[in-house]
Amino acid sequence: MSTTKPILSLLASLAVLLTAVAVAMIFFVAPEDADQGLSQKIFYIHVPIALTAYACFGLGAWKAFRLLTTRGERYDLESYTGVHQGTIFGALTLVTGSIWARASWGVWWTWSSNQLVLFLVLFLFYCAYFMLRFSIEPGPRRERISAVYALFGVALVPVSFLAIRLANDFIHPTVFTRDGPQMTGKMFAAFCVSWAAITLLAYVMYRVELAGKRTDANLRELREALAR
Amino acid sequence: VSAAEKYVAAAYAVFLVFVLAWLVIIATKLARLERETGELVRLARSGAATGEPGDG
Repeated sequence: MSTTKPILSLLASLAVLLTAVAVAMIFFVAPEDADQGLSQKIFYIHVPIALTAYACFGLGAWKAFRLLTTRGERYDLESYTGVHQGTIFGALTLVTGSIWARASWGVWWTWSSNQLVLFLVLFLFYCAYFMLRFSIEPGPRRERISAVYALFGVALVPVSFLAIRLANDFIHPTVFTRDGPQMTGKMFAAFCVSWAAITLLAYVMYRVELAGKRTDANLRELREALAR
Repeated sequence: VSAAEKYVAAAYAVFLVFVLAWLVIIATKLARLERETGELVRLARSGAATGEPGDG
């Protein structure tokens, strides 16, 4: 525990520094897109947030898998926190995507884009995770059912990610193709730094939230022990 | 200010607001945990104090 705190502080500082560098690169280094103009700058925040949401859901599912295979109690809180972070970043993806859609396509939302609809389905699926979790009494049964649900949901991640390619959607263009990223080197560098910053920020948030939830659980246990 | 500038500012502001809101929620939770820890320490101390005479 004594070594965890300095590492977390270091990671948090690095996340803040990377975010500042990313913002500087996005607005002062990356050139303006010839097609979309200034509104393309939303890409540097929207796509990394979406990828981070996928990663958080993946982490939640991995911890759920570990819970089911090892019966380790600690994985329940880790899986729950991963799903919670994924839902936060999922909501952010929908909001920033909606703003970008309004700026580029003139609409806040379109049901004709499979990518959007599938991401909404994924987001709502994980929102239902909380309803399921809190409708069951705490204990091993809740841990197992929540884990199975988190594991099922992750199947939607590759579907949502690949939808844009499978549907060949002209509204939601494919930026990353087999020929590489369809952008200049400076744009790609700004994107990578932004992605690293947001991923690191999400990881720090995950660790802080997990520490809070663990402390909360320990305090509850201590209170029960003292009351006896 | 152009429409594009407004939308870009809105997207980045939303991200900032989300992070700040998360910080406020975590700070509130931390304050609650601190208060509850204090209560438990007082409870444990009072339990120990009342138990002392019986031990000796």
